[in-house]
Amino acid sequence: MILTAIILFWPALAALVVLLMKGQAARTVAFGAALIEFVLALVALAGFNTASGSTQMALSFPWVESAGIGFTIGMDGISLLMVLLTTFLVPLIILSSFKHEYKNPNAFYALILFMQTGLIGVFVALDAFLFYFFWELALIPVYFIAAIWGGARRIPVTFKFFVYTIFGSLFMLAAFVYLYLQTPGNHSSEIFAFYNLNLSSESQSWIFWFLFIAFAIKMPVFPFHTWQPDTYTESPTQATMLLSGIMLKMGIYGVLRWLLPVVPLGVSQWAGLVLVLSIIGIVYASFIAIRQRDLKRLIAYSSIAHVGLIAAGIFTLNEQGLQGGVIQMLSHGINVVGLFFIIDIIFSRTNTREITSLGGITQTTPALSICFMILMLGSIALPLTNGFVGEFLLLSGVFQYNAWFGAAAGLTIILGAVYMLRMFQGVMFGPKSPATEVFADLTMNEKAVLIPLVIMVFWIGLFPNTFLSISEPAVGNLLNIIRR
Amino acid sequence: MTSIILLSFFGVLNLFIGFANSKKTLLPLALLFLAVVFGVNLFSWNDPQSYFNNMLTIDNYAVAFTGIMVLTTLLLVPFSKRYVDERDDNLAEFYSLLLFSLVGAVMMVSYENMLMLFVGIEILSIAMYVLAGSDKKSLRSNEAALKYFLMGAFFTGILLFGIVLIYGATGTFNITEIGAASAATDGVMSAMFLLGLLMVIIGISFKISAAPFHFWAPDVYEGAPTFFTAFMSTVVKTAGVAAFFKLMAAAFAASYATWFPTLVAITTLTLVVGNIGAVVQTSVKRMLAYSSISHAGYLLMALVAFNEHSDSSILFYSLAYSTATVAAFGILNMVKAQRGGEIYEAFNGLGKTNPLLAFVMTVSMCSLAGIPLTAGFFAKFFVFAAVLQDTNMVWLVIIAVILAAVGIYYYFRVVIAMYMHPSENLPRLEVSSFSTFMLIFIMVLTILLGIAPALLSDII
Repeated sequence: MILTAIILFWPALAALVVLLMKGQAARTVAFGAALIEFVLALVALAGFNTASGSTQMALSFPWVESAGIGFTIGMDGISLLMVLLTTFLVPLIILSSFKHEYKNPNAFYALILFMQTGLIGVFVALDAFLFYFFWELALIPVYFIAAIWGGARRIPVTFKFFVYTIFGSLFMLAAFVYLYLQTPGNHSSEIFAFYNLNLSSESQSWIFWFLFIAFAIKMPVFPFHTWQPDTYTESPTQATMLLSGIMLKMGIYGVLRWLLPVVPLGVSQWAGLVLVLSIIGIVYASFIAIRQRDLKRLIAYSSIAHVGLIAAGIFTLNEQGLQGGVIQMLSHGINVVGLFFIIDIIFSRTNTREITSLGGITQTTPALSICFMILMLGSIALPLTNGFVGEFLLLSGVFQYNAWFGAAAGLTIILGAVYMLRMFQGVMFGPKSPATEVFADLTMNEKAVLIPLVIMVFWIGLFPNTFLSISEPAVGNLLNIIRR
Repeated sequence: MTSIILLSFFGVLNLFIGFANSKKTLLPLALLFLAVVFGVNLFSWNDPQSYFNNMLTIDNYAVAFTGIMVLTTLLLVPFSKRYVDERDDNLAEFYSLLLFSLVGAVMMVSYENMLMLFVGIEILSIAMYVLAGSDKKSLRSNEAALKYFLMGAFFTGILLFGIVLIYGATGTFNITEIGAASAATDGVMSAMFLLGLLMVIIGISFKISAAPFHFWAPDVYEGAPTFFTAFMSTVVKTAGVAAFFKLMAAAFAASYATWFPTLVAITTLTLVVGNIGAVVQTSVKRMLAYSSISHAGYLLMALVAFNEHSDSSILFYSLAYSTATVAAFGILNMVKAQRGGEIYEAFNGLGKTNPLLAFVMTVSMCSLAGIPLTAGFFAKFFVFAAVLQDTNMVWLVIIAVILAAVGIYYYFRVVIAMYMHPSENLPRLEVSSFSTFMLIFIMVLTILLGIAPALLSDII
């Protein structure tokens, strides 16, 4: 259906317009374009048959015809949720930047919109090479955003990030080429051709690693995470939000769509090891988060812990784990974007992110305190918030797989509470510090960003079925393919 | 055939025009000549002909590679303007030598006889020896010419020796007949034949600067005037690899098992030396020299794949690599002339002073690094796909993939310098309108082939 293509290319078109604009008008246009994109995604949702688990709104035409490579896009429930997440977050991310005066705003906002096309492309691509194409397309703009508008150490840090992720994705490309050459006849790189391959368990075993490295670096899963804390810390807030809120989901989505169903035998060989790595990541990142004094680094490490749990959940290959993974992708995207924005607010008023030099902010800021509290509790996974739904399903999935793994992964809730509450205490309660002596409450613009996020925290927490019902048939379909 | 005649004729004509001593006409004339040759060449498409008792065959393979090489030269020539403007000695000879060396290059992709291969390589090389030293007052340029000449002459000797030994073993210079003769031996080759084969491989490996016969390349590339470095690392390399594949496919297909390990070793070594060597360079020109070694490695990968996809992937790769390299050297040339250096720092702030140049350079660097949306991505893709037809070669692809990631490191240093190291009060670079047009053309071509590779991926 043409709507999918419109959703895919609208941000790129808008980016071209924004690029040609001068001055701060660019951000208004960018924001408007991102809102229209969200509306388009809602239209897609309205026309979507949520009872079916198969691909809908598909569109296909040949791209490199002689080689059987097609421009094939379409959405199932999981893709649709990811597209909704992306289109929901990008306007808020653009809105959150209004308090900053970035130099060359036209380039800044054009890059954000370009990246949105890349992200949506990853979520709707049904052809391996198209997927790879958008996968890289999403990376290049965010690299430039981080490396041009970032902090003092931005150049070496973002460079490491760039080379690291390209290194991983080249392995993915090699695996795709191999899979493509295994398809019968004139070869095809369509996803269903990959699903129908009958590969020996030996070759599945190494393809698994080729693909897994690419996805694991993007997520990131321990021990492939070393680029992440530095990159998150040095990037401008908007890039950090894009990276942690949406781009990280590309990795998880890649596992769901391109790893589990394509090489199920490889997955069954290595799932145990991946679970162990993920759980090590959860515990390790949580302990490091407890020791952090920089707010941004703390959230960066907490993000590694949360993603570790998602990875563990989806590699259990049971329905709870997968469903929990999907819903937790949404929750994590919402919480982490909100938390990074609050850090940005605090930093813009105090010029520091050190927990020890903050304190007593609650005294003057009721609105900020409430928003921060809700997002933090969502991140800790308190019942009634969005985090609870996802983590509960994920943990029950892991528990079904292996009770000991479940118990170890469950540490994430306890440790999460430790570092989050410790942070909240240090930043918001206690006596005022020199830095927080004068601290204004939220402005209208800041409220406009935080309130939708807070609403979503409760919406997912109280009525998770709205979202679970969209992904459920797709997850069931996925499991059927995996267990074929 | 017409392209060889025309190129020779134009070369001589150019020399005579040189007597008029009017600098201004030379560059447009050279462009016109090349455009005519490019157009005329296309008439031979799908019309295979053989000339001079099977000495030369103009088939689609020859036409396609001739097209790429003439196009590359055409794109390159506008960048010579500043170089030419700066000196007043015999200018016509530069363009004539360029056209003559193209004659050699065309012969290298259309030979049917080992002697023609040798003659083609010599015509190409002798012109290049002179051009490498054409900056007569520069010590580096003189050193480059001498080094290139001594080494080149030595390796040409080895190549000729190899050709003679093969003649001794098979009794013919014709590559098809050699192929038939070696196929008739059922895989048992005489020592003379094997020695000859080895020497031919070494001789051509030198010409395309494949490791371990690459030692001349960084010094010569750095010392030669940038304009000719660009020519050497694009046209000469394309001609060399195309000649190499043609030779292997026509004459030595039967002895595949014999030379395969040697060439795989050369390929791997070339990839490693080129990419690792480029990392440690501080000069962009020297980095591009090493990068051209590494790209010889990727081209050789397509050769060692040795299946029906090899020729088209070599073709695509040559075009993607040549256009991006021409843009890179062209911009480097301007930066050097106007900012006085060719280290990475010389590119600082280019994104601000010359957004167009910086953007074209970024696209070219992305293409060389093999980033999607550029021709370079599909070039690497086709090469890897060709190699992966044989699943025993997965390891070579893994090495190439890792080294491609290394490549991103040094290519992106240029991009970082242009956009992220703003330096104060740098003047805008002056760019001639010819050059701007060519740069935009290259950029459009690079992106077009990156989006729609089918335009060119299967033409031969």
